[in-house]
Amino acid sequence: MYKLGIDVGGTNTDAVLIDENLNVIASVKQHTSENIYDGILDAVRAVLSESGVDRAEIGQAMLGTTQCTNAIVERKNLAPIGILRIGAPASRGIPPMVDWAEDLQAIAVKTAVVGGGFEYDGKEIAPFDRAAAKAFFGELKAEGIMSVAISCVFSTVRSDHEMEAAKLCREIMGDDVHVSVSSEIGSMGLIERENATILNAALYKVARSFTEGFAQSLVDEGITNAEVYLSQNDGTLMTMEYARRYPILTIACGPTNSIRGASYLSAQKNAVVIDVGGTTTDLGVIQNGFPRESGVAVTIGGVRTNFRMPDVVSIGLGGGSIVREKEDGTVTVGPDSVGYRITEKALVFGGDTCTATDIAVRLGMTDLGDKSLVAHLDEAFAKKAMDAIRALCEDSIDAMKVSSEDVDVILVGGGSIVLPEDLAGAKSVTKHAHGGVANAIGSAISKVSGTYEQLIDYNETPREEALAKARAEAIELAVAAGAIRKTVEIIDAEDVPLQYYPGNTARVKIKAAGDLK
Amino acid sequence: MRKIGIHEIEDIALGAALLGAGGGGDPYVGKLVAIGAVKECGPVTLLDPSEVPDDALVVPIAMMGAPTVLGEKAIGGDEYKTLYDTVSTFYGKPIYAFMPIEAGGVNSMLPIAAAARLGLPLVDCDGMGRAFPELQMVTFTIGGGSATPMALVDEKGNSCIFRTVTNKWTEELARSVTMACGGSVSVSLYAMEGKFMKEYGVHGIVSRSERLGSAIRKVKEVTDTTPEEAFLSITEGFRLFKGKIADVLREVRGGFNFGKVVLDGIGDYKGQQAFVEFQNENLTANVNGELLATTPDLICLVDTETFTPVPTDALKYGKRVMVIGLKCFPLWRTEEGLNLVGPRYFGVDTDYIPLEERCKGGNGHV
Repeated sequence: MYKLGIDVGGTNTDAVLIDENLNVIASVKQHTSENIYDGILDAVRAVLSESGVDRAEIGQAMLGTTQCTNAIVERKNLAPIGILRIGAPASRGIPPMVDWAEDLQAIAVKTAVVGGGFEYDGKEIAPFDRAAAKAFFGELKAEGIMSVAISCVFSTVRSDHEMEAAKLCREIMGDDVHVSVSSEIGSMGLIERENATILNAALYKVARSFTEGFAQSLVDEGITNAEVYLSQNDGTLMTMEYARRYPILTIACGPTNSIRGASYLSAQKNAVVIDVGGTTTDLGVIQNGFPRESGVAVTIGGVRTNFRMPDVVSIGLGGGSIVREKEDGTVTVGPDSVGYRITEKALVFGGDTCTATDIAVRLGMTDLGDKSLVAHLDEAFAKKAMDAIRALCEDSIDAMKVSSEDVDVILVGGGSIVLPEDLAGAKSVTKHAHGGVANAIGSAISKVSGTYEQLIDYNETPREEALAKARAEAIELAVAAGAIRKTVEIIDAEDVPLQYYPGNTARVKIKAAGDLK
Repeated sequence: MRKIGIHEIEDIALGAALLGAGGGGDPYVGKLVAIGAVKECGPVTLLDPSEVPDDALVVPIAMMGAPTVLGEKAIGGDEYKTLYDTVSTFYGKPIYAFMPIEAGGVNSMLPIAAAARLGLPLVDCDGMGRAFPELQMVTFTIGGGSATPMALVDEKGNSCIFRTVTNKWTEELARSVTMACGGSVSVSLYAMEGKFMKEYGVHGIVSRSERLGSAIRKVKEVTDTTPEEAFLSITEGFRLFKGKIADVLREVRGGFNFGKVVLDGIGDYKGQQAFVEFQNENLTANVNGELLATTPDLICLVDTETFTPVPTDALKYGKRVMVIGLKCFPLWRTEEGLNLVGPRYFGVDTDYIPLEERCKGGNGHV
């Protein structure tokens, strides 16, 4: 049985084939095509012919894709939606989308803020105004809207008003309507959570087309025995059905996959991962085998959100970064790059632009293209350029650290040839032969998870007993989703007391993840 | 008299983050509250203090409670009408205008929303010229003004008005009501007559916030000088240090965030060391063992590239920051002012020496 991992990035589409023991059998890197399915098909064909593996033996196929990000940034294929917020009389002072760009605001056909919501301790601000919600859903139905975003004040503490509204929405608008619920998407901070929920709702058509498109392109290629999954941005997989409900969770799965792939290749669970592409370099942190999450609000296409995202810093440095000497003798590298045109522009490929790759070849760090074409470069100039690259890198490593202690560093990505292997602040620097396709590997080795969430009264069930039961339930859910039991670990646990709720009630949320069978 | 709309609010919020001097709370939610009100009710008239009649009732507006609660419940919108009714009934006369009590942080924004929703003007004046952590730390205290009668209202429509015997009682009662109402309430305090506001208030502070915000936003556009020089010149800031955050020490005591951030010099300051101590807001800046600035002068940390203010809760190892000093409002430099907000009040054992004198011939320069 083989696993097929695919990562569709802005520049490249990578594919890898991995065997049962997670050894990399074959890997390819292709340019991302305008129609991404052609690119996926090309990559799949290439990796199959390189490996000679029988396509019937591919049991799992995983896709990581940037399409949701692109849809938001480019304002393409977003669906018209309705927005219901529960929380009046609170929160009305900030209507939904109040600071969004006008072109993006246009996705909301109708908006309503109705009575309901909770205080910080779980007490009701007001009873849920069913009648108002019902009338609103009726109006949406009449307009032909097929997707609804529902948010609620303090739904991170109690989600019952949101859930009741979601049920009502389906009753009135039909089971085909897409419903996004804020407590399942974001964290504390109503506006940011609601923003993420609105984007999620607007992405439902994009999600349907990429899930169906991926499945179809595999079938077209004769891969008919594979279970198909999509990568989430926390390093776990989701089924096609789940991806259709929560497309926004695919955003930033690229950096996550590359961080996890790097961790797997180097067998390190704690390190700074540097993924060098053609134009930019992403730095992230692997912590106990999973990417460190960002603690600050994340902006997607100009919209401030707070749903979980890997903590990634991007700098303008890559294999194609343009190297220049200024009049005063200083040498600069990037932030502009020749990008994917490196094979025609770089000196070693017979081009006319001095790039970071040319510097690496001149200094004998790598052998690429025709090295005689860079022999004329002054060594002092090349060394100055390498110093600039090193400084950019070392500063960024430092910015990712949480203390002044040295850290282990893993270099991956197609452009990692331009980085020196001795870096200040690094305890060790690891590179791997398959580092160029770390993201596709990360996609292929992603785990499956199960989340258990329940309100528990500790007066009825003692806390320790209740948490133990919740952990066991989460593990069962992960196993049911396809995880190998002995590999399942608890990756996230929350236990929030609800002061004003009857009894001694807490909201317990446990997430367990393990390797896919 | 002029109008402030959404564009001005964006700049005022950015300037308010700087005037927060490390504290004051993120103006983001406040900004959305102000934008929401202006979108619904139209732009707000900003009055120069001199345009306010001496006997007019001027009421500062703020929020009390936890910023995380404000981030969930925001503002209902009707609170300001309830405040208006409560306060004008109490005083037996109409409110002429609203004003901010502090120009730094989230409270810079809420009076704009109040003014928009009630169709009243906003006065270009506050009681701090920055942000401070305690109720009595306003210039109006120097003039004998009192925080009470203080009105508190929540989004559900509950309201009350306090008359208390001491500021400590005001804090105590206000805290209980705030928690009972769900952790964040809208308040009016230090209600005053126009004459008193003109005598003791910090004039022109809303306009100053706007200028500062606009300068930060446009700093990359300058061509005749470096962005840093342009930033220092517009803010009239003293550059005290530039460095990388090497350590952040924090402690929560009695509801305040205490701490210290240690910086290793970069650029011109390579090899040098500095630290900034804070209690919600930044209190002192110490460069190479020498005090270069203390409260009540403003000590602000800004990003070395974008010049956006870095509040104390966003301090993080490895971040590159510039430390700047801004002169405080002159009234804070008097004996009464220093008794309220001088270094010794905050437990820093040093006399207050104005920023510009401490920096003379030393490390900092304009």
